[in-house]
Amino acid sequence: MRISVQEEAFDLGAVATEFASGHKDMGAIVTFTGIVRDLPDDPLQAMEIEHYPGMTEAALRGMAEQAVERFSLGDALVIHRYGRLVPGEMIMMVATAARHRKDAFEAAEFLMDYLKSRAPFWKREITATGSEWVESKDEDEDALTRW
Amino acid sequence: MEVLYFAWVRERIGVPREHVITQAATVADLVAELRAREDRYDLAFSDLSSLRVAVDQELADFDAPLAGVREVAFFPPMTGG
Repeated sequence: MRISVQEEAFDLGAVATEFASGHKDMGAIVTFTGIVRDLPDDPLQAMEIEHYPGMTEAALRGMAEQAVERFSLGDALVIHRYGRLVPGEMIMMVATAARHRKDAFEAAEFLMDYLKSRAPFWKREITATGSEWVESKDEDEDALTRW
Repeated sequence: MEVLYFAWVRERIGVPREHVITQAATVADLVAELRAREDRYDLAFSDLSSLRVAVDQELADFDAPLAGVREVAFFPPMTGG
């Protein structure tokens, strides 16, 4: 299992290749990558991500352990960045390895749903007109009820 | 204990963390003590439904007990992913 909370960019291809190697009994690897999305009406200059050092790593590890247990994963990976990012940059990724694809896909969704509202990150969008903290969405909280 | 603030809670209170000497029995009692201090605290804690709390780095409720606790953090709902 690999958990990383980091400021620097990650190499999606290299991370995915390394993750997919060495799992001879795992037939399915799923990766999900989150990208900083530009805003349609008020172009985004940057997104700043703040987090809670210590709690963040523990929360991500707890989620990954739950995913491994629940979906019988062979392995799980979570990378999440903090600091200042610009549109198009990769914010985070998860990867899951399972014997079959259904568990790998579901585990990736499970991780994403928990990351959205249970990992202590806060995003702020900076545009030419000012900056605003991104508000949490009810649908993100609701998404947890399916698990 | 150490009290930490994140995102707009940190901005409203003006510091990221501070050492607080308190006999508060619960998180809610601590909030009441802080609100009584100054307007900036009163403003930051005016709507608890828009706040979340972690006790020793684990999500908790506002009625969580504080005995033996080293660190309490207040922040808005998280927006990871």
